[in-house]
Amino acid sequence: MPSEKMLMRGSNVVGEAAVRAGCRYYFGYPITPQNELPEYLSWRLPEVGGTFIQAESEIASINMVMGAAAAGARVMTSSSSPGIALKQEGISYMAGQELPCVVANMMRGGPGLGNIAPSAADYFQATRGGGNGDYRTPTLAPAGGQELAEMVFVAFDLADTYRTPVMLLGDGLMGQVMEPVVFPDPIDPASLPQKDYILDGCEGRDPRAIYSLILDPPALMEHNLKLQAKYDLIAEKEVRYDTVELDDAEIIVVAYGTAARIAEEAVHELRAQGHAAGIFRPITLWPYPKQQLRELARDGRKVAVFELSLGQMVEDVILSVGERAPIYFYGVPGGVIPTPADVTDFLHSALADDGKVGRRIEV
Amino acid sequence: MSAEVAYQKVFGYPESLKPAQTHYCPGCGHSIAHRLVAECLDELGMREKTIGVPPVGCAVLAYNYFNFDMVEAPHGRALAVATGIKRVHPDKLVLTYQGDGDLAAIGTAETIHAANRGEKITTIFINNAIYGMTGGQMAPTTTLGQVATTAPGGREPERHGRPIDISRMLAVSDGTVYIERCSLTSVKNIRKAKKAIMKAFRAQLDGLGFTLVELLSPCPTNWKMTPKAAWEWIDTEMVKTYPLGVIKDNTGYEDKK
Ligand SMILES: Cc1ncc(C[n+]2csc(CCOP(=O)(O)OP(=O)(O)O)c2C)c(N)n1
Ligand code: SF4
Repeated sequence: MPSEKMLMRGSNVVGEAAVRAGCRYYFGYPITPQNELPEYLSWRLPEVGGTFIQAESEIASINMVMGAAAAGARVMTSSSSPGIALKQEGISYMAGQELPCVVANMMRGGPGLGNIAPSAADYFQATRGGGNGDYRTPTLAPAGGQELAEMVFVAFDLADTYRTPVMLLGDGLMGQVMEPVVFPDPIDPASLPQKDYILDGCEGRDPRAIYSLILDPPALMEHNLKLQAKYDLIAEKEVRYDTVELDDAEIIVVAYGTAARIAEEAVHELRAQGHAAGIFRPITLWPYPKQQLRELARDGRKVAVFELSLGQMVEDVILSVGERAPIYFYGVPGGVIPTPADVTDFLHSALADDGKVGRRIEV
Repeated sequence: MSAEVAYQKVFGYPESLKPAQTHYCPGCGHSIAHRLVAECLDELGMREKTIGVPPVGCAVLAYNYFNFDMVEAPHGRALAVATGIKRVHPDKLVLTYQGDGDLAAIGTAETIHAANRGEKITTIFINNAIYGMTGGQMAPTTTLGQVATTAPGGREPERHGRPIDISRMLAVSDGTVYIERCSLTSVKNIRKAKKAIMKAFRAQLDGLGFTLVELLSPCPTNWKMTPKAAWEWIDTEMVKTYPLGVIKDNTGYEDKK
């Protein structure tokens, strides 16, 4: 049965959703702004017979995740930007070993230690790897609240279905804000499909080895191609996005996560002023809803990209839209959160093509 | 006496080893250490209940030789990976097999914290005082004066720092119950090493805490010695920095003579 409606902070929503999605193992290292999540799981997991370990570092925690995944468990870790940087080696290994896990990143300002304010500057880090090698990390970017809970379930399912690490991308604001949420039906870990690759002692079968080292170049090439075929399948089947009032829109705002929440208010304001504006909100950042956005960018519509960074997702928008529509960009870095009025100004500027707020992208 | 009972198998290939040819150099300690681990698991009847983590180092392909479940860890992270496994399968015997660079340089933090948490894991620590796999660079355990490709004039304390005795460091922690240093040189020492590994596994199975057996192990290739000279160097030189014997034993087991 789905849960009652509950009022919860985003970080706790992720934790509770993970438990209900059948995750019984969490390994992590404290970093602001996501500490509420490990704090929540530190009591919640033992309550359901699970294991919580505060590791000595992000490096150790992702490797504990690797061990638990190899042992067959639904397992997750979480961190914020600089901590995710340290996990990238482990994520690359797990991509190569085809081991499932969920990694939540509550993004903060960067580069380096940056600050602890909500930011979205880790789009490249999430979607372009960060670890070494030819691999992809499916990345889900919910806009908070109810969707945060649902995407945790989706993340674990994707991870198990495709045997891959999956990134859940939020930010400090989403982690802190209290919102109403109804959790989906809880999953009993014992009811999850059996995995035929895990390590549990080789009783009655041949021993298994899980590794990413493949010294012979043609053999590694074959492995790379096999992984690529899997990524192609994910790109074909798992794209997610949402739209708001796009039918008659003369301008499409492209934004994800917290930025999309701000943009939604700006769009309502614009509509009130008589301009047909709408939103295209990617939920999977990889695979990016390229085709879907491309098809919408027609009939003289303008595309306005708004990000809490200096422009990372905009590169995927350019790859999607090309020269089919004029593209405008407005981004605010450093953990500064623009108001809906700032975004409204940007959209006016894009409509007028006057270059006052944001800029037009030369493709 | 009838013909059927005339023969009894007294020596053979351990079931916990695959019948594979290893890539180890002639005279390398890794082969001996593999055999000891395999014999112990056979004798404990644990082959099918064991999950191992090989290192990044010369033993990176150990999963091709050991005949039980294994998962490769990134360089240095074996004990973090093993922690994840053991927490999911507390009833299994979990071991890591690690070189000195893996365990005591890049993986120092993972090593100390897994030991200090008292993870019920056994570490087989191959100390060959050199980076074997990458071609003979200085290891954290390289002894003073020992030549390495990155310490061509020999290790000097001021320039390179002193050799690290990680086993003694780990013994300080209350999470560790049994730590012994042995060498893979003579038959006598090798038999002693096997006894130590047995005891470590037993302590793990009894749930006592973290156990580690350090094995001083010859690397004739990178020491640029014959196998025989390599054994002699361990017995005469290396033991000065790493004296053999029990470093810590809180198992409470009575040793059978
Ligand atoms: C992150 C990372 N850094 C460096 C290496 C290169 N590397 C492979 S093995 C090794 C050292 C191995 O030495 P040791 O642990 O002493 O084991 P041995 O080969 O002597 O058995 C190094 C530095 C690597 N594979 N990964
Ligand atoms: S390089 Fe040294 S440690 Fe590596 S296999 Fe050869 S002898 Fe053994």
